[in-house]
Amino acid sequence: MNAFEFMLRNWREVMGLTAEHLLLVAVSTLIAVAVGIPVGLLLTRKANLKRPVLAVANVLQTVPSLALFGFIIPLKYVGGIGWRAAVVALVLYALLPVIRNTVTGVEGVERSVREAALAMGMTDRQILRQVELPLAAPVILAGVRVATVISVGVATIAAAIGAGGLGTLIFRGLRQYDNRLILAGAIPAALLALAADAGIGLIESRLAARRRAATKANVVVRQVVLAALAVLILAGAGFAVWSRSAKADVRVGSKDFTESVILAEIYAQALEARGLTVERRYELGGNLAHDALVAGEVDVYPEYTGTSLMSILKHPPATDARAVYELVKSDYAARFDVEVGPPLGFEDTFAVLVRGEDARRLDLKNISDLTAHAPRMRAGFGQDFMSRPDGYEGFSRAYGLQFRGRPREMDLSLSYRALAEGQVDVIAGNSTDGMIATLGLTQLEDDRHYFPPYEAVLLLRRDTLERLTPAREVLQRLDGSISTEEMRRLNYEVDGNKRPAAEVVREWLRSRGL
Amino acid sequence: MESQNPNQTTDADDAFVRFRRVTYAPPGVSAPIIDALDLEVRRGETLVLLGESGCGKTTTLRLVNRMLEPTAGEVLVEGRDTRAWDAIELRRRTGYVIQDAGLFPHFTVGRNVALVPTLEGWEEGRVSGRVEELLRLVGLDPGKFAGRFPSELSGGQRQRVGVARALAADPPLLLMDEPFGALDPLTRSTIQREFAALQRRLDKTVIFVTHDVREALFVATRVALMRAGRIVLLDTPEAFLRSEEPHARAYRETVALPKDL
Repeated sequence: MNAFEFMLRNWREVMGLTAEHLLLVAVSTLIAVAVGIPVGLLLTRKANLKRPVLAVANVLQTVPSLALFGFIIPLKYVGGIGWRAAVVALVLYALLPVIRNTVTGVEGVERSVREAALAMGMTDRQILRQVELPLAAPVILAGVRVATVISVGVATIAAAIGAGGLGTLIFRGLRQYDNRLILAGAIPAALLALAADAGIGLIESRLAARRRAATKANVVVRQVVLAALAVLILAGAGFAVWSRSAKADVRVGSKDFTESVILAEIYAQALEARGLTVERRYELGGNLAHDALVAGEVDVYPEYTGTSLMSILKHPPATDARAVYELVKSDYAARFDVEVGPPLGFEDTFAVLVRGEDARRLDLKNISDLTAHAPRMRAGFGQDFMSRPDGYEGFSRAYGLQFRGRPREMDLSLSYRALAEGQVDVIAGNSTDGMIATLGLTQLEDDRHYFPPYEAVLLLRRDTLERLTPAREVLQRLDGSISTEEMRRLNYEVDGNKRPAAEVVREWLRSRGL
Repeated sequence: MESQNPNQTTDADDAFVRFRRVTYAPPGVSAPIIDALDLEVRRGETLVLLGESGCGKTTTLRLVNRMLEPTAGEVLVEGRDTRAWDAIELRRRTGYVIQDAGLFPHFTVGRNVALVPTLEGWEEGRVSGRVEELLRLVGLDPGKFAGRFPSELSGGQRQRVGVARALAADPPLLLMDEPFGALDPLTRSTIQREFAALQRRLDKTVIFVTHDVREALFVATRVALMRAGRIVLLDTPEAFLRSEEPHARAYRETVALPKDL
């Protein structure tokens, strides 16, 4: 099945995500235009503001998009996760071209024309509306065009903060080592960018043509209004598609990897089987799932006790699974009013992985076997592993590992790919990862018991549990229901056999009579 | 012209525009651009400001319709200080023609000419009638030209439209800043002749800036020779030709020179 067949078979999801994408771009571009043009005009009137404002807009443009999302998330009112934060970030990116082209366009009006307008006794407002804006319109529109195309690109990153859009497919594809998914996201995004570019280009040329036949200055203004209306209508259509699932009984979140999506989907489908409506807000990166849970933007998501212990509650690493579970449970209840469900039955701890052929050739079984070979091996670790308290630093100390050069810091899903392709020799993956089998990797035993327990659990808001009785019932039914082998198999079905998570989960639930 | 201040002296009554010890010295400029200038422009005359680039001719013009305000002294238009005028009102009753016409490229010829009447809120029929009248006055067939855009005109045609636009609301005062400076010599001399004839018919007060002495002598009622922000000679064209003032002689020689060839 190639990328096009995949898109055809999943056209409903691709269309839905395209609509989300379009809505993000349309809304943020409209806001950027509504803000950027007046700001640009103001700058042409207040010369001393021009440099500082353009400098700020320039700096905003150079902030990498993921970093900008990172800055926005903790902000009150504008920040958070999901749609709103994504729009804020996109607006910030789109502002510079709009402001700069407005300034350039207005300043590009011939001096003699402005002089004549002034000498004829036109007021500043009349000069602006009848002379400067119409004459600057093509340049301003070119700025809007650039802003729109930038937005289409940047909006793919918005998936990382749960804002949906075509980036969802791209990120999923990266994680699952699946080029079809990446293309299924990237091709529509590229088409959108081309369509936006051509569409606004068309308005530009119509505007130029109209000028020849123009009888009133308002024609240009009317054109811009018409264009804005067209975008709004498109946005409305997009919104209609997007908001189908707006009002749901339960909003289920997941982190941004296959296993988390599978666990979330298990819970979601079990609830749906009991007649509840579910909104899925999957694939939230970093600690976004936690932030969303606490903020009440999702009601439940799967988590691991070790992650909760250290990343969220900031306790030091501990090794006793029972003690860790109890501590996490009582802390969540006290601090977040969140219930920690019973352990689902498996652990997903860090798996130190090497290529199978290397393991056989060098006779590697335990992590301590690595110590001697490490200076000739290159390591590549996810950002998560590099920064967390039970991650790289303590790990390399515990085993006395000294790799060749500094470990390369890369996206977790990319690190699997890098290992398989021989660009690095050691990575830290997840013990239940389906990719381990898919790519023929060998997991080395944690023989010094360095890594803390990572029992899979579901975290639920207490108010949701009280509101919905089936929520608790399902939680009890899932207690200890998934073994490590089973989880690895489910992961493999999705990552290795490239099957949709929803389908894999449906089979599993049926086989379990859930 | 109508409303006149009874307290004004007869001398002032006769002066449509009057400069009183006017200095224009914006901050950061070493020498004043206009230096204690006294000047009277009489009702109905065409006063030509003649001088080299940078002598302050254009600045003098811009002080009249309050595009600039004097840093010392006062400029009176119809007996009233320009700073006491509403700038917009003053400019709407002051026609202005500049070298490259400054026509609005996105307006048709008709709309360009109609600009001030439209701003003044004339009703549509009156505006279109006036546009036709003016285009004819400057020698352009309205049926042929009203719908064209400035980019479709020759330089001379553009300048005619510029003059028509300046005259549209029938202003008593006309400011012209090297209006024919960018035209080729043939077009230029035609349009100069037409302008002189037009001026005799319309009886406007005109301040006309040029660095071309032939043009100055041709259109002027009086010539003001400017140098470094001052007027060094102010007289009729005939007196200018007889003057022993060194700069006037220098200018005269540039005109005389071709006759020796």
